[in-house]
Parts: sequence; C-alpha cells; structure tokens
Amino acid sequence: MQKIMVGIKRVVDFNVRIRVKADGSGVMLDGLKMSVNPFDEIALEEALRIKERGSNIEVVAVSIGVADTQQQLRTALAMGADRAILVQTDAAIEPLTAAKVFLALAKQENPDLILLGKQAIDDDANQTGQMLAALWERPQATFASKIEFSTGKASVTSEVDAGLKTIEVDLPAVMTVDLRLNEPRYVKLPDIMKAKKKPLDVTSLDALSVGATGWLKTLKTEPPPQRQKGIMVKDAAELVEVLKKKGLI
Amino acid sequence: MHKILIIGEHDGKTLNPATAKCVTCAAGIPEAEITVAVFGADTSTVATQAAALSGVKAVLRVDRAENLHPLAAIFAPQLAALAADYTHVFGPSTSFGKDLMPRTAALLGVAQVSDLMAVEGAYRFRRPIYAGNAIVTVEADPSRKLIATVRVASFQAAPAGGNATVASKSLDVSLPSHTRYIGAKSGSTDRPDLQTAARVISGGRALGSAENFKLLFSLADKLGAAVGASRAAVDAGYAPNEMQVGQTGKIISPEIYIAIGISGAIQHLTGIKDARTIVAINKDGEAPIFEVADVGLVGDLFQIVPELERLIG
Ligand SMILES: Cc1cc2nc3c(=O)[nH]c(=O)nc-3n(C[C@H](O)[C@H](O)[C@H](O)COP(=O)(O)OP(=O)(O)OC[C@H]3O[C@@H](n4cnc5c(N)ncnc54)[C@H](O)[C@@H]3O)c2cc1C
Ligand SMILES: Nc1ncnc2c1ncn2[C@@H]1O[C@H](COP(=O)(O)O)[C@@H](O)[C@H]1O
Repeated sequence: MQKIMVGIKRVVDFNVRIRVKADGSGVMLDGLKMSVNPFDEIALEEALRIKERGSNIEVVAVSIGVADTQQQLRTALAMGADRAILVQTDAAIEPLTAAKVFLALAKQENPDLILLGKQAIDDDANQTGQMLAALWERPQATFASKIEFSTGKASVTSEVDAGLKTIEVDLPAVMTVDLRLNEPRYVKLPDIMKAKKKPLDVTSLDALSVGATGWLKTLKTEPPPQRQKGIMVKDAAELVEVLKKKGLI
Repeated sequence: MHKILIIGEHDGKTLNPATAKCVTCAAGIPEAEITVAVFGADTSTVATQAAALSGVKAVLRVDRAENLHPLAAIFAPQLAALAADYTHVFGPSTSFGKDLMPRTAALLGVAQVSDLMAVEGAYRFRRPIYAGNAIVTVEADPSRKLIATVRVASFQAAPAGGNATVASKSLDVSLPSHTRYIGAKSGSTDRPDLQTAARVISGGRALGSAENFKLLFSLADKLGAAVGASRAAVDAGYAPNEMQVGQTGKIISPEIYIAIGISGAIQHLTGIKDARTIVAINKDGEAPIFEVADVGLVGDLFQIVPELERLIG
C-alpha cells in the first residue's frame, strides 16, 4: 500500500447544541465551534496506524468546504497526515457532489484506500462513501470496526444491526468507519508547529470539473417537537404504581 | 401515478419488520403503486410474507446464487437495473439499507434523501439533521428518480391482509467479484428485538460491568422487554454493539423506554425521541435525561433495579 486518502469534513463540534433560526431558514451557525467530523478523526487515526505499521505510506487529507476549513486540515496535518487538499467552495455540498469530488481526486492521486467517516454529524446523510465506491467502480466496506490487510485485499468487520459482519474486499477500496474502530490520538503542541510547514493545496470544483449542483431544495428548517417535562416519583414503589396506572407494565 | 419499488430486507427466512414500515411510508405518497423486491438465493418464503403486506401490489423475486448474502456491491447493480420502471426506490434506514441505497443512487446518477420521517408529497419529505436537533422539509426534482431511505422508527408496520402477485425476475446484470462475504456474528438471544420491542430497558456507563448488566436482563425478562445500552456502556465492553441506542446505534420507538444510569447525551436522545413514554433512573437529579423523561426517579440503580424486579414480581 502506498497511499491513503482520508475525508475530513468541517462540522459544528459534536458538543455544541445547535439552534434553528426563528424564520425557519436554517440553522444558526455563526460563531459556533467548528471541528473535524468525529468519524473523520477516526478515519484519519486508522490511516495513521496503517502508515505506522507499514512503510512509506502517504496519508492525504481531503476536504471540501469554505476557506476556513484550512483549520480542520491543519488539525489533520498535526495529527500526522502528510499533506492536505482543500477543494474550496462556499456552496452547500450534497453527498453526491462530495463523492464526485473524491472521484476526481482519486483519479489524480490513485490511492489504494479511501477512508471516510460513516456519516457527517451535520447532514447525517451516510451516503458519500457508498456513492464514491459506486462511481469509482470499487468495493465498499461500511461501518468498519476492524480492518485487516493482506496482499492486495482487506478483511473488514462492520457493525450491523444484527451484530458484526465480515467481508473481504480487493484494493483499492472505499471504507467508511464506525466509532469503535479506534480512539483518535490527541494533537501535541510541537505537532501543530510542524503541521504549519506541511503542504496544503487549495483547489476548486471548477479545476476538478465538478459542478456544485444541488439536487435537493430545503424548504424549511424547524426545531424538533419538544417533549413535555414529566413527573418525578420518590421511589421504586411509586414508579411501579404510576406505570401500572398508565397501563405500561 | 407513482410507482414505488421497495427493497425488502430479510435473512432468508423472515422478512424484517423494517420492510413493512417502508410500505407504510410509501403508501403515504399520492397514487402510490407499491412493489417489493426480494433478493436472495431462495426467496420463496420471504416473498410470500411480503405479498401478505397490506398495500403491496406486486412482489418481485430476484433469486440468484450470488444473492445469498446481502452485499451492496452485488445488490446495487441489480437494484439499479430493476429501478428503471419506477419513479421512487425506497429502502429501510437500517445497516442493510444505509449500505445499499446510496450505492444504488450513485449508479443511477441521482441523489438520495436519507431518513424520511414524514411524507408531505410525492417529492416532498421531512427528515432529521444534526442528530435530530433540526427537522428539514426537502423537495426533490420530480423529473428524476427519487431514491430514499426510510427512518423506520417513524412509521408503523403495514398490517397483514394484502394479496400481492408474486413473480420471478431474472436480471441480466454482470456482478463484480471484488467483494466477498466472509461471515457474521450476532449475539442472538431469546429476548425481543430491540427495534420492534414494545418495551425497552437500557443501561449506561453506571452499570460498571458486563456482570452488572445481568441486573437489567433479569428485569427485562420479567417485563418481556428488550435490552439496550448507551455508547459508553458498549465502548466499555459491558454490552455488545448491536445493543447501542442512539445517533450511531439504533433508533427505536417503543411504548416504554426505561433509561437506567444513562446521562442523556444528545446522541443518545436521538435514538429514543419516538418512544411513547420515557422513564429515567439516575442518581444525579441534574442529569439531562430528566429533561425528556415522562417519569423520573432519582436514586441508586443498584438499589432500585432489584426492588423494581421484586415489586413487579
Ligand atoms: C459522533 C458521536 C456519536 C455518538 N453516538 C452515540 C449513540 O449512538 N448512543 C449513545 O448512547 N451515545 C453516543 N455517543 C456518546 C454520547 O455523547 C455519550 O458519551 C454517551 O451517551 C454517554 O453514555 P452514558 O450516559 O452511559 O454515560 P455517562 O454520560 O457517563 O452517564 C452515566 C450516568 O449514570 C449516572 N449514575 C452513575 N452511577 C449511578 C448509579 N449507581 N445509579 C444511578 N445512576 C448512576 C450518572 O449520574 C450519569 O448520569 C456519541 C458520541 C459522538 C461524539
Ligand atoms: N465536504 C466534505 N469534505 C470532506 N469530506 C466529506 C465531505 N462531505 C462528506 N465527506 C466524507 O464523507 C463522510 C460521510 O458524509 P455524509 O455522506 O455527508 O454523511 C464524512 O464522514 C466525510 O468523511
């Protein structure tokens, strides 16, 4: 294996509770803490571990987003990626477009493996990796919780509804990662300094001949229905009584 | 008329209830004509089950040796070929559907709408974003095929009582050999399935060990409940991954959900928003779970759970 490409999406930090704009036109994003999508950190961590086990593997972090996405790519470089590519755009990028961008870069870079998160925690789409694999005409292994390589192929265990499922795929392949694959490392200060010198190329959708087509129109954004605050009971006996009265047990 | 194709999920013997929920979602589309496709090595049994779902007009069996195990790389080109005659293609928002549907959409060159939670028109739907902290109404282009996954917790299963035609379909599609099935491991139990159970008891990090989780199993058996877990409990190895409830685990909609020693992080709450009644037991009266609980009890679970079991008898 020589090259691994990793998707790094800039999203609202998972600890931040977002609010919906009063006029229903979207989500208030101004001033919120932005981070690397948690699943993408896991994807990058996995790439770095593969690199550290093998020899001479280049890890390339890729993001599609606004100019400020350079911050998240610098974080990826500080974690240990060798170089980064920002496909800079202000357009809202749907998964099919993201997949087309990754395809265009895959054709330029010829990676042996593309690691993405299983989902971005903003749109919660869970589509990009599968779409990319289809367009690239390569295997996909989704929700990976364990990845093992042998010559020219990989065995991937996925978290599925019924438990765990293992498949074998030929390389190159696209894999999307789940939470329990690994625990991402913390970035150390000297690494942040070093990362400033690593290459970060900025390109555009035009340069990759990908249109920013949106297929879906968002008509309205609303807060979810709120649950009413309930009652408190004092002990187990009262709890059983209440539940019996409600006919629940 | 809208011709809707639903990919049936099954294990060769039983049709997954997620399919019946997709049927209900599809039936909400104006002038819907619903077809269910089942892919497998031998789909005779599951095809009969699909044909019995009320609202289904036709069932298509796509039997082929390569379809023995569901692999997206193998199923997607066949589903894409089958999709030619339909305006909509739906799959469940389960690990099976999430794997398969986007690959199919990309082969067809169209976008996908993930996690439909309500139908507002043939091309207009509501879906959750930001772990369910916002709900968007989206509209897709009616001139294109619509591919979607259905958030199964948002729909009731279509009842029995249907009498659909069943036909076999052979598809002339060449399949890749780059993806191979190796095996599966499931912690199968006699307990009710988490995603369809009317009662669910879940434990969090507070349980402290796999051994202590037995407290919950024992209470669950008394109540005929399924058992779930928070991510912290799964990560710590107290419970297997298939028990995880939440944004990255299962989204469930039981009649009653009892959260025991779970703090109530937004990613966990995402999974239980559709529960009819939420009960929380936590020793910290300030735990966020109490903000959504219908009934709350502050106290030590190691004292309360055995007591509950005794009281329920
Ligand atoms: C991208 C992402 C996705 C995630 N997806 C999920 C998901 O799908 N599902 C999920 O659950 N989490 C998910 N999480 C994790 C989530 O943020 C929380 O970390 C997790 O839910 C916490 O689990 P917990 O409530 O068991 O543990 P804690 O937050 O540690 O809470 C333990 C609770 O137990 C109480 N307690 C302790 N001892 C006792 C006792 N003796 N009796 C009674 N109460 C006691 C404490 O007061 C506390 O409230 C995700 C996180 C991220 C970043
Ligand atoms: N704009 C983007 N920039 C970088 N990676 C992305 C982008 N959009 C999606 N991805 C990758 O695709 C994964 C799944 O995203 P989604 O399909 O939107 O849920 C993410 O975890 C990323 O790895």
